[in-house]
Amino acid sequence: MDTRYRWRRSMDQGMTLVCLLCTVLVLTPLALVLAFLAQTGLSALNWDFFTKLPGAAGEPGGGMANAITGTLTLIGLAGCLGIPIGVLGGTFLSEYPQTQVSRISRFAADVMNGIPSIVMGLFAYVLIVLPLRHFSALAGGVALGVMLIPTVMRTTEEVVRLVPQSVREAALALGIPQWKTTLRVVLPTATAGIVTGIMVALARIAGETAPLLFTAFGNRFWNRSILQPIAALPLQIFAYAISPFDDWHRQAWAGALVLVAIVLVVNTLARYATSRQVRLR
Amino acid sequence: MPKQLEVRNVETHAPTLVERNTAVQTDDLHAWFDRLHALRGITLSVPERQVTAIIGPSGCGKSTFLRCLNRMHELVPSARVSGVVRVHERDIYAPGVDPVLVRRRVGMVFQKPNPFPTMNIYDNVAAGVRLAGERDRRRLDEVVERSLRAAALWEEVKDRLHKPGTSLSGGQQQRLCIARALAVSPEVLLMDEPASALDPAATLRIEELARELAKEITIVIVTHNMQQAARVSDVTGFFLAGQLVEFGSTTGMFTRPIDKRTEDYITGRFG
Repeated sequence: MDTRYRWRRSMDQGMTLVCLLCTVLVLTPLALVLAFLAQTGLSALNWDFFTKLPGAAGEPGGGMANAITGTLTLIGLAGCLGIPIGVLGGTFLSEYPQTQVSRISRFAADVMNGIPSIVMGLFAYVLIVLPLRHFSALAGGVALGVMLIPTVMRTTEEVVRLVPQSVREAALALGIPQWKTTLRVVLPTATAGIVTGIMVALARIAGETAPLLFTAFGNRFWNRSILQPIAALPLQIFAYAISPFDDWHRQAWAGALVLVAIVLVVNTLARYATSRQVRLR
Repeated sequence: MPKQLEVRNVETHAPTLVERNTAVQTDDLHAWFDRLHALRGITLSVPERQVTAIIGPSGCGKSTFLRCLNRMHELVPSARVSGVVRVHERDIYAPGVDPVLVRRRVGMVFQKPNPFPTMNIYDNVAAGVRLAGERDRRRLDEVVERSLRAAALWEEVKDRLHKPGTSLSGGQQQRLCIARALAVSPEVLLMDEPASALDPAATLRIEELARELAKEITIVIVTHNMQQAARVSDVTGFFLAGQLVEFGSTTGMFTRPIDKRTEDYITGRFG
């Protein structure tokens, strides 16, 4: 056979192999992390872990019930702040892309996306903790919520822009006002994509630790008001991991496993939402 | 120049024009995209309850002209219009006129069928009326059935009104879009190459539909298919480079065109 053809074919096969290896290389750490987490975390997972408060220092037993609900509360608070602003802002960016306001906010969102999360914590500290004079769930929620805004805004902008122009024109040509066209025709068409963006953003902030250090602060007991400090899984994991007690180390692993499970569930839900997305083209 | 031609045409070739009331009248209509002067002074009268075809080669401004008749042109950033457009004697570009209300009087069907992807057949047809504030279910049912019947689609979809609009075939989707446009009871229906994405059988149905609808409302149809213009229209306007070259009865234009350029175009010498 022609040598050049043979050379080309082996090159093709070689390159395919390299790509395959790289894919495996990417997946390996993920698989290892999950396996290691499952191995070490599962042993400390039991009913108590999900239902009990942390035990006294050094004593075996106890759980992270307050941290689990705490993390969910913080995600909820962050969502209340970040989702409406992000979705509406992103819609504006997509529907009025050329205005000065859009250009500035698009740039601001990109800058915000790059700001280290601990700085967001400082921001919430100055904004809420200092005036109220104590740490609170609210401050933690605000720190995480502000982190949500740029991601939700930019993904919303992207998916709303994917709605074909012909759909907008069809609505406008029916004599439907611009605002109703956006709200009742364009946004519903993009819902699946927007929901996915929100889920991914929520999953990302669920594991944030730095912005919570001096806002939510952590709490060994149940949180009774959003103006009081609140426990969160990442904080609890950190506190337990640096403690000298073996039982707490095991619980830290279990906490990490639960945190990853929460993120995984959220991401899977997002996948499910996308797979049902209306075909736009 | 177009004005003069029009007069000539009306006298020699378009007796129908003087017998009919005018539905849409444009006077020295200009349109721009940024610097591009897309329409250069169009003056013509669209007769009421007839099919008026706009023909011409690509880029001659026929779609732009259509979009000026329901103020869709101005949706393009940097688009500009000057001149007068009257729909049943009312100037739609007069100050204080709400383009939203103009578009309810002058409906539009687009080149590619564009049903709302998240809505079922029923909701697609009801959309215009519903988003204008109608909530009464019985009224909506009536509007949907009337519009689907008018668009010759009722028999095919009456048992699956709650299936997505996008589940229909291309030709059915286009008739769905026509039903959707008819639901808001427009006085004029603009059709922008409504059959160019359809197969011959579906095209024929759209053409029959246009003829049928013209008994009730005024139709302006843009087409690049001259046979279609000949089959479907009563009156034809020939556009070239943003100008109206000739305007008159379809039979007149296709048998005895006045302008040399019209003759060249319809005999297929260019375009």
